[in-house]
Amino acid sequence: MILTAELIYALTGVGLFGMGLRGALLRRSLLGRILAINICGAGVFLLLVAISYTGPGVAPDALPHALVLTGIVVAVSATALALALGRRLRETARE
Amino acid sequence: MLTTLSTLLATGLLLWQVAHQGRQIHALGGWDPGLGIALRADPLAAALLLMSSLVALAAGWYATGYFTDDARQSRFWPIWLSLITALHALFLSADLFNLYVTLELLGLSAVALAALGAGRAAIEASLRYLTVGLLGSMAFLAGVALIYIRYGTLDMLSLSQLIHPGPATWLALGLMSAGLMLKSALFPLHFWLPPAHANAPAPVSAALSALVVKAAVYLMMRLWLDLFQPTISPAASWLLGLLGATAVLWGSWSALRAQRLKLLAAYSTVAQLGYLFIFFPLLMALPAGQPRDAAFGALVLMALTHAFAKSALFLAAGTIQQHAGHDRIADLGGTARALPVTTFTLALAGAALIGLPPSGAFLAKWQLLSTAIGLGQWIWVPAVAIGSLLAAAYIFRLLGYTFGTRDRDALALVDGYESLPALLLAIIATAVLGLGAALVWQFVAPGALVTEAPL
Amino acid sequence: MNLESWLPALIVSSSLLPGLLIFLLREEKHRLRTILNLFGAVTKLVLVGMMIWGVFHERVFETRWTLAPGLDLVLHADELSVLFVTLSTVLWLVTTVYAIGYLENAPHRSRFFGFFSLCVTATVGLALAGNLFTFVIFYEILTLATYPLVAHKGTPEAVRGARIYLTYTLAGGMLLLIGAIWLRTLAGPLDFAQGGILSDIEGLDTTTLSWVFLLLISGLGVKAALVPLHGWLPQAMVAPAPVSALLHAVAVVKAGAFGIVRVVYDVYGVEFADSLDLLAPLAVAAAITIIYGSVRALTQDHLKKRLAYSTVSQVSYIALGVAIVGPIATVGGLVHLVHQGVMKITLFFAAGNYAETLGIHKVSEMNGVGRRMPGTTLAFTIGALGMIGIPPVAGFISKWYIGLGAVEAGAAEWVMPVLVASSLLNAAYFLPILYRAWFCKASDEWPAAAPRNGGLETDALLLWPPVATAALAIAAGLFAAAPYSPLEWAELIAEREYRQ
Repeated sequence: MILTAELIYALTGVGLFGMGLRGALLRRSLLGRILAINICGAGVFLLLVAISYTGPGVAPDALPHALVLTGIVVAVSATALALALGRRLRETARE
Repeated sequence: MLTTLSTLLATGLLLWQVAHQGRQIHALGGWDPGLGIALRADPLAAALLLMSSLVALAAGWYATGYFTDDARQSRFWPIWLSLITALHALFLSADLFNLYVTLELLGLSAVALAALGAGRAAIEASLRYLTVGLLGSMAFLAGVALIYIRYGTLDMLSLSQLIHPGPATWLALGLMSAGLMLKSALFPLHFWLPPAHANAPAPVSAALSALVVKAAVYLMMRLWLDLFQPTISPAASWLLGLLGATAVLWGSWSALRAQRLKLLAAYSTVAQLGYLFIFFPLLMALPAGQPRDAAFGALVLMALTHAFAKSALFLAAGTIQQHAGHDRIADLGGTARALPVTTFTLALAGAALIGLPPSGAFLAKWQLLSTAIGLGQWIWVPAVAIGSLLAAAYIFRLLGYTFGTRDRDALALVDGYESLPALLLAIIATAVLGLGAALVWQFVAPGALVTEAPL
Repeated sequence: MNLESWLPALIVSSSLLPGLLIFLLREEKHRLRTILNLFGAVTKLVLVGMMIWGVFHERVFETRWTLAPGLDLVLHADELSVLFVTLSTVLWLVTTVYAIGYLENAPHRSRFFGFFSLCVTATVGLALAGNLFTFVIFYEILTLATYPLVAHKGTPEAVRGARIYLTYTLAGGMLLLIGAIWLRTLAGPLDFAQGGILSDIEGLDTTTLSWVFLLLISGLGVKAALVPLHGWLPQAMVAPAPVSALLHAVAVVKAGAFGIVRVVYDVYGVEFADSLDLLAPLAVAAAITIIYGSVRALTQDHLKKRLAYSTVSQVSYIALGVAIVGPIATVGGLVHLVHQGVMKITLFFAAGNYAETLGIHKVSEMNGVGRRMPGTTLAFTIGALGMIGIPPVAGFISKWYIGLGAVEAGAAEWVMPVLVASSLLNAAYFLPILYRAWFCKASDEWPAAAPRNGGLETDALLLWPPVATAALAIAAGLFAAAPYSPLEWAELIAEREYRQ
């Protein structure tokens, strides 16, 4: 199998997903877990971007792009919520 | 309140339409699926929609009287409505990515609502809920991506034509299932649920246990029994069944040992969801036809009954907690005298959870056992039997305490209108679904899951 | 809207609706509560009377409601259901009167009478059940309705006794449920039919059927107090006297026995069951229970516990009658269903009177009570004599028929000793009580005497029910040959069963 660019991207995406998964499961700190999950997400997005390649000179498949955009929005909101809750937790610990 | 009421109305109309005209499909914005997103309402989705509208209505009604401070109240309603929106969108989605989006929305709204509970424990629990939920969604998304890579479309109706067994398909299903199993708290991935549901405010707990986890189970049903059904062997579903049986036993046992009422209810949810998963190996082992329809109807009936019963239980628990100031079961003596309507609701809801006649759960369990015995899958019988007996144990233990005659400062009779929504829900679970169960079967069963192609 | 399809449902609702209404009543409204209670009881009696007449003339009454594909809730009136329904209805009326008197000024009466009515609803539904599915439903509802009654007093002992009761009956219910579901998957809808349905169905494996039978009988045996499943019964004596009276004469214990009758006659069919060798073990279990119950009764000083063990023993006469193949034994078993009910309720009413009026709970406290409370003690005497089997009280008739049936079936060698031994044991634990009551001098102080009101030995509502049921017990014996007597009715059932 030729090591094409999109294959590299795809594999990197999978790798990121795996790393993120490991981090999410093993990390102790909340921030670490949140970041790990974000890396998971980044991995999936990379995978999606990679599969949108349809050949040289041809417009790439737009659907995965839409998916990635939506995914990023969701991930950002989720991260925001997580961070807000984490901050709240810190506050109540201090009380 | 108005919103939920009008939602209920719309749902009712949709249900009527589905009943008379069969499956409805609507392409959003006029875009054909492939690029556009389709919404599909078949009997299963319609039934669940009605269920969630009713429960949401009741819980919302209850919530109007529940929150004591305005700050939390003003935060509650928008998130509540977004939760219901996400839930309904999820039931109606016919597109895999749309499912992901609605699933995420649902999860985020649920977490935000759960965090409204008082105290640190609520926030810790909701944070755990969030991280677990996000992990699950990520897995789900990965699966979705894989499907796209393999088949080039995410529309479920077209996919049903194209799908066939293969490593990519199985991996995708595996990823998506892993995510959903996390979200539906299937043993052993259930650890996040009891604290989250127990510490949330009562109407939120009701929605979480009755509706949100059901969404994940619904998706499992869609994937295993509908979309991916031609690609998997029945043996794979045995894993789900075994995990479900374990959940039944473990959840019921934990509920029996629970010290707090809401914790009891949360563990009960873990157990009850287990029953739903036991249906999977049975349904997969049956060819299409009347027995399968009967079993499928039972599954839906069980899910519906649990939703109503569990939400009633949580709402009643909320009332008790507000009046007693705590929800330690052992100290609940005298509740029966002070809150007779609420105690009655507890009893009714409990009866539906145990599966006693005339509740819908009794009929569903009868059908479940009947199918299991008929197929020779005897292993499920002791699990269901012991689970039911354990459920009886923890419910009657609870009721025993509420009837106890501990001499506390005698609580004056305080049951007000706030106990009404819970009561109505419980009555639906026991009486309506029990006596009217035949309607459920008639509506849901025939060809409910056949994703015929033509668009 | 014809009568045939609505009558069974009406009979069931005649106690359900008043019951639900009573729950909503406030404590103080005793007049309204009494009216509702009596209204329900009398209405039911009238409706049942109509049903008796109809069934005697071979009209068919059936209410059918589909609950799930292939599962119908069926209320059907055949001769056997009429027997049990009549018993339940008559005794409910009597017990209601008694309970109103017994619970005067007691707390939580609305709750009590509400559940009381539900209890009767469940019993009647069970009696009228037309298939095993319906039977199981009402059987479970009966458990639920009786639990709060057993725990009514709210004391730790009451709660504990109720919990034991619940554990046994729910476990038994689960066994029954599994057996019923299993049988359903094997044999299709289990509508009761005289002569049994299983013998007509092809391809049923006999070993499987035997296992199913075991499950069903075990599940039913818990309520019917077959040894070793009887442990809950003595514990349930913590309930107030009207509850014990109803539970032990009519509702729970009879429901179990009735279920056994149904399974053997109308599901399996007695000849078919015999061909599968299922009846012999049942007979043995019944015999053991008969003896064991009586032996345990000997050593009980607590009056209600002695009566409880007596019930354990006596109800198995029904099972014995069922297990001996032959119409005469059948008649004996069936008619004992009625007779034992009437006699035992008399005994429990009396025991309740002793406790309420004089604070007597133990046999050893009963010296000379006959002088102080002659009416009650006379009723008690009649009931006790009936239990022993002395004519003309009704118990004699049932024992006679069972014995005769055993001879006819060729099982006399072992049945007769059991019957004789049991009667002797009954005498051994009842006669001393009678002796004490009538012939011993009273000690100076009763444990907790209530003040005498007027000329009657105790409250009128407490006195007349036992007298009435005692009179019924004698009447059932003396007029056993009259039309519409329990004996005639049992013979009718047997005739129609063996005709198939």
